[in-house]
Amino acid sequence: MTRGKVVVAMSGGVDSSVAAALLQQQGYEVIGMMLRLWSEPGRESSNRCCTPQAMSIARRVAGQLGIPFYAVNAQESFRKIVVQYFLDGYASGGTPNPCLACNRQIRWELLLERALALGADYMATGHYVRLVRNPGEPVRLFEAVDSHKDQSYVLHVLDQPKLQHAIFPLGELTKPEVRRIAADLKLPAATSKESQDLCFLAGQDYRGFLRRYQPNLEQPGPIVDRAGRQLGAHSGLANYTIGQRKGLGVAAAEPLYVLAKDHARNALIAGFEHELGGRELLTQPASWLSGRVPAGDFDADVKIRYSARKAAARVTPRPDGRARVLFAEPLRDITPGQAAVFYVNGEVLGGGLISAEPGVERSNATVITPQAIPVL
Amino acid sequence: MSQRTHIYLDHAATTPLDPRVLETMQPYLSEDFGNPSSVHGYGQRAEAALEDARGRMAQLLNAQPEELIFTSGGTESDNLALRGAALAARQQRGASHLLISPVEHDAVAKTAEQLAEHFGFTLDLLPVDEFGMLHPDEVTGRLRPETALVSTILGNNEIGTVNPISEIAALCRAHDVPLHSDAVQSGAYLPLDVEALGVDLLSIGAHKFYGPKGVGALYVRSGTPLLPTQTGGSHEAGRRAGTPNVAYIVGMATAFEIAQTELAAPTAQLSKLRDRVISGVLSSVPDSQLTGHRAQRLANHASFVFKGVDGNALLMLLDNAGFACSSGSACKTGDPQPSQVLLALGLSPEWALGSLRITAGIHNTEEEIDSFLSALPHLVKRARTLETA
Repeated sequence: MTRGKVVVAMSGGVDSSVAAALLQQQGYEVIGMMLRLWSEPGRESSNRCCTPQAMSIARRVAGQLGIPFYAVNAQESFRKIVVQYFLDGYASGGTPNPCLACNRQIRWELLLERALALGADYMATGHYVRLVRNPGEPVRLFEAVDSHKDQSYVLHVLDQPKLQHAIFPLGELTKPEVRRIAADLKLPAATSKESQDLCFLAGQDYRGFLRRYQPNLEQPGPIVDRAGRQLGAHSGLANYTIGQRKGLGVAAAEPLYVLAKDHARNALIAGFEHELGGRELLTQPASWLSGRVPAGDFDADVKIRYSARKAAARVTPRPDGRARVLFAEPLRDITPGQAAVFYVNGEVLGGGLISAEPGVERSNATVITPQAIPVL
Repeated sequence: MSQRTHIYLDHAATTPLDPRVLETMQPYLSEDFGNPSSVHGYGQRAEAALEDARGRMAQLLNAQPEELIFTSGGTESDNLALRGAALAARQQRGASHLLISPVEHDAVAKTAEQLAEHFGFTLDLLPVDEFGMLHPDEVTGRLRPETALVSTILGNNEIGTVNPISEIAALCRAHDVPLHSDAVQSGAYLPLDVEALGVDLLSIGAHKFYGPKGVGALYVRSGTPLLPTQTGGSHEAGRRAGTPNVAYIVGMATAFEIAQTELAAPTAQLSKLRDRVISGVLSSVPDSQLTGHRAQRLANHASFVFKGVDGNALLMLLDNAGFACSSGSACKTGDPQPSQVLLALGLSPEWALGSLRITAGIHNTEEEIDSFLSALPHLVKRARTLETA
């Protein structure tokens, strides 16, 4: 009698391989599945994940564990949903995080659907997060024990129907412990080191990708200051990152930074360092993991990008579904398109994408580029 | 490994080794390990076994022993036939035109494409009908004085259709153009008499007829020009260099002997199972179609398309339910491209992506087929509810 049937989303990497091995040891009937995601034609072998090599390693791990293994093709869905989300995000002036879309709509939707169709009770991944299940209560999501590896930020997009089926075997472990288990079990693992690129950029600069797939983003326009005075010209808004200092081509007494993008006027707004930063943000409609919107304001630790420190804030759910976040201290790097995720005592309560509102007047900044968004 | 119970219905992919075959191979994997090219007794015993195998196979093929080249399998045989005959024809008579069908196995199709792309050949495709069947009258008008080679598959791996090779062969012979046929799928189901077929080159692979993997043969009619593509020692009369894989060749000869001499009984049994699959599937699965010819098809081969089904997802559901099947083409990596062969039959991608191939074997029973037939309809239904990836 097994503890149930679980599909493990495998990648050929050490985390998902160990997740599969642990679940098998715990008495689950384990099935491996691997998503085949979209790559730019001709660049398939340099894709960050699901290369033929990664597929072959995952297959070997499954063979060693004696579990069935299936490749699930999601290239077309990935292109239509995740890549399009990425392109649209830039087209609307934001800095999108496609991993959020992938987790919500590919990994925890399309793959979960395949898993359930096979009669699985659960789906597991090698993400570092913890779940707490109490009878009669919603499933709760917590940060991982290993704070360096914690991936709860990207999984705030899960809802109760998904969480009911989720298992995360690595949430109580540290990465070195996971590596040790893999070594003890002699699991084959990819030799390539962990990369932080978006998988479909295949190590390339995102600007080149945008030029190939969204050439109409190359619309030159003015660089202006807060008062609207023209300082110079830009080569297309998507080529700039908020907080960026170099490459503006404007001579000034003090260094100039990209403060914001005025999408409606195709203008890049630049200013001095002291103009960077903000104390509040508004999200797009937020999601709440319990399925219930909190009754009122609450104090939370808020993470505004994957690798940011949590910052103390007051979160106010609004009647229109959005949330307003007021930070105790100003933050330099509030970036529209990234998510704000709300934690209370290590538990993820909810989150939402940071909206460009309250408008370009609000100074905000970021120093991150898409290349710095770890893949999750 | 897994304790899953499985019903194996993928004999076009490969077949289990017949224990009688394994037995004849054993001595050449142990005490009689010699190299057939060696002068000493070890070599002589190996050479005797090799030439005995060649003789037995040649006799079954109605060919001369020296017309048989041993290879590493069906793919190598196809490669050697295409490249070897095409390059020799150009060298000897300046011929640089190739004619193949659009339903060839990749081992033929990709080789022909490479010859066209990188070696200056022109490549034409013969038309096929909605069953993937070739019509001899379509061949005549496409043969040219400069045609180097025609290659048409005998029994199709993906759709099972058996082509009228002897009629095509007669036309080719009348035009002095050599004809190659890929008979890799046919060894256990059709008599492979090269005189009756009239072919000049014929590819076979042992593991499709209960022999070992990694060994095959190419028949080359005496007088057909062939440029070796693997060079080295003077093995195989200088046409295929490399120490012969004696044990496997002996195994192939035994397997071929069993397959060809016992052909009638198993094929009668297999075609009963096949017809049970075909009528069962078509009557129980809505929006299903048989692919390939209804009657002119390999005795063990049933292939279908289901509208609006992701063929890969269906295979996964079938495997999970205990049935080992195939979509008809390589799909292990989850590649979603519809098969060129199915598109050549005029199927739309919506149908062609939902392919399923059931190829029975001599160990399958009617009960196994019935258990498959009772499981399939709801699995197809479930696959149809899945979002298209």
